Amino acid sequence: MSKVKYILGHFDDPDVMMSGIDQLQKSNIAIEDVFTPFPIHGIENKLGVKRSRLPIAAFCFGLLGTITAFTMVYYMLVIDWPMNIGGKPAFAFPDFIPVMFELTVLFAAYGMVFTFFYVNHLFPGRAPRVMDLRATNDRFVIAIDASLNDINSVDAVLKEAGAIEIKHNERKYISYDEE
Amino acid sequence: MSSHSESIIREPLITGKAISYSQITEDICAPVERMPSKAWWIGFSIAVAGLLLWLVAVSYTFWNGIGAWGLNKTVGWAWDITNFVWWVGIGHAGTLISAILLLFRQNWRNSINRSAEAMTIFAVICAASFIVAHMGRAWLFHWALPLPNQYGSLWVNFNSPLVWDVFAISTYFSVSLIFWYTGLLPDIATIRDRAQGLRRRIYSILSFGWNGSVKTWQRFETVSLILAGVSTPLVLSVHTIVSFDFATSVIPGWHTTIFPPYFVAGAIFSGFAMVLTLLIIARKVLGFENYITMAHIESMNKIIILTGSIVGVAYGTEFFIAWYSGVEYEQYAFINRATGPYWWAYWSMITCNVISPQLFWFKKIRTSITATWILSIFVNIGMWFERFVIIVTSLHRDYLPSSWAMFYPTWVDVSIFIGSLGLFFTLFLLFLRVLPAIAMAEVKLLLKGSSEQSKLKLIEHGHAALPEGYNGSIEVENAKN
Repeated sequence: MSKVKYILGHFDDPDVMMSGIDQLQKSNIAIEDVFTPFPIHGIENKLGVKRSRLPIAAFCFGLLGTITAFTMVYYMLVIDWPMNIGGKPAFAFPDFIPVMFELTVLFAAYGMVFTFFYVNHLFPGRAPRVMDLRATNDRFVIAIDASLNDINSVDAVLKEAGAIEIKHNERKYISYDEE
Repeated sequence: MSSHSESIIREPLITGKAISYSQITEDICAPVERMPSKAWWIGFSIAVAGLLLWLVAVSYTFWNGIGAWGLNKTVGWAWDITNFVWWVGIGHAGTLISAILLLFRQNWRNSINRSAEAMTIFAVICAASFIVAHMGRAWLFHWALPLPNQYGSLWVNFNSPLVWDVFAISTYFSVSLIFWYTGLLPDIATIRDRAQGLRRRIYSILSFGWNGSVKTWQRFETVSLILAGVSTPLVLSVHTIVSFDFATSVIPGWHTTIFPPYFVAGAIFSGFAMVLTLLIIARKVLGFENYITMAHIESMNKIIILTGSIVGVAYGTEFFIAWYSGVEYEQYAFINRATGPYWWAYWSMITCNVISPQLFWFKKIRTSITATWILSIFVNIGMWFERFVIIVTSLHRDYLPSSWAMFYPTWVDVSIFIGSLGLFFTLFLLFLRVLPAIAMAEVKLLLKGSSEQSKLKLIEHGHAALPEGYNGSIEVENAKN
């Protein structure tokens, strides 16, 4: 068995890469992932990536923030220690709104971002799962699992599609420990 | 999508004839990867000197109490709150650029949002320092938070705008920070993948393991959009609540319903002025002229005309309503502003905020870098005076003529203010050294559609013709070579 684990097709133009994806899919070659220096719009549909559910998470966290703020203020001002402020009612709902709004935003933002970090395994010190160093610079890289496909035919399709460089990697990710 | 070609009538957002994706990376990473220049060291030394002055003055205040300032029984708020509101206002432009302009799909924000957002964070730090300092006993800061305590617990008064302000400012700072840092991840990864040795290790930790896969980018874009969506009402709420600190009181000159929109417009006005002050220098020193172009400067100047005019209308409305209300005290407060002992502060404000920005109606002036820079400084000064006028002139003559007083700043007041500029510039210059000052990924997104070279290609291939009378930066002859 060949030692090649992943075939990387390098493109220098996002549109050429997008048509490259079409050609690979036409040849029934499964694409493992695509690494790009900036978001490519429309690529999710081609690769069948589902719509992100993070907005739902954001909404739920926001709601949690609203409820937390209301409960906190209600408990403190109405239940625990009602104060007579100019003879006004302790339950002065309009005055609660600014704090409820701020905590809604705070919870929604932090809840969503930390969910994003969690599902994408992003955290400080995480070893980067990067297949090619130039994918964060100027290359649009299509990664194909070599064990599932015939290497020669993949190479041929990539070359046909306009890849400017084809790499055969013997390990999946780049090691950041070696210099 | 990246292949979408924008109309050539729109000003290109990236100038230059041979810009490639790797060229963008090189240009933007260069200031982070080379040794600091002489200009940087000079700027940094001055900033650190200011920071030391700030440390001395703030320590002196903490040791002796706020009696070290020029406050008196009548004028209980002066430079402290003036500086606080000034700094918070400056911060607002960063969020406007990163959030509101994202929602409106203004692509010119892409090359200025990073540094503007950094400016927001540092400005809010400066603002917060005045809040803590003006409390006098800074070690009791936690009394502003709803924490259980040995007095009952006696909770904070949630009916008070000052408590709302604590929540607004801390939420604003936290959300801005996470918005900024999430946006930085792909660019930190770019630096990581170019670095060696210890630098690679450090940027690897900071990059959170970013790899730019399809799913990561998809979620990243969702997160950016939603953060923009929640930051937009947040930024409006922050200055609204800051204005409530005044508007919910019964002091003539403060007790007006116009304050929230008037403060928000003023905040954006002063923030854009500060962005211009900083970026006009930074683009030159760091060599970002191809990314922060005349089109960007002109767009910001147009926002300055708009918000400056809104502020001007607000000043007029205040005067009119004071007269129309028939309230003698209200009328006196405003007449006193314009003609009383602080007339010079009022007319400095009017000159710098209402009159001088109107010069931007002339295309020659709003496309002149020198004129823009000078006028941006004017706006910064004018907006400082606006807060000073609102705060001090409303307080210094209260209902009892026997308690009328003037405010004279002490050396501590002056040093804390100048020192806070030192704090701000120290942080900003450090930021320029260690993090990419332009969002590389977002600028690369524009290269194929909105750059000068892509528009030239359209013309060359006969898909578009130069509009008649067009005298922009495009020269077809040169482009063919």
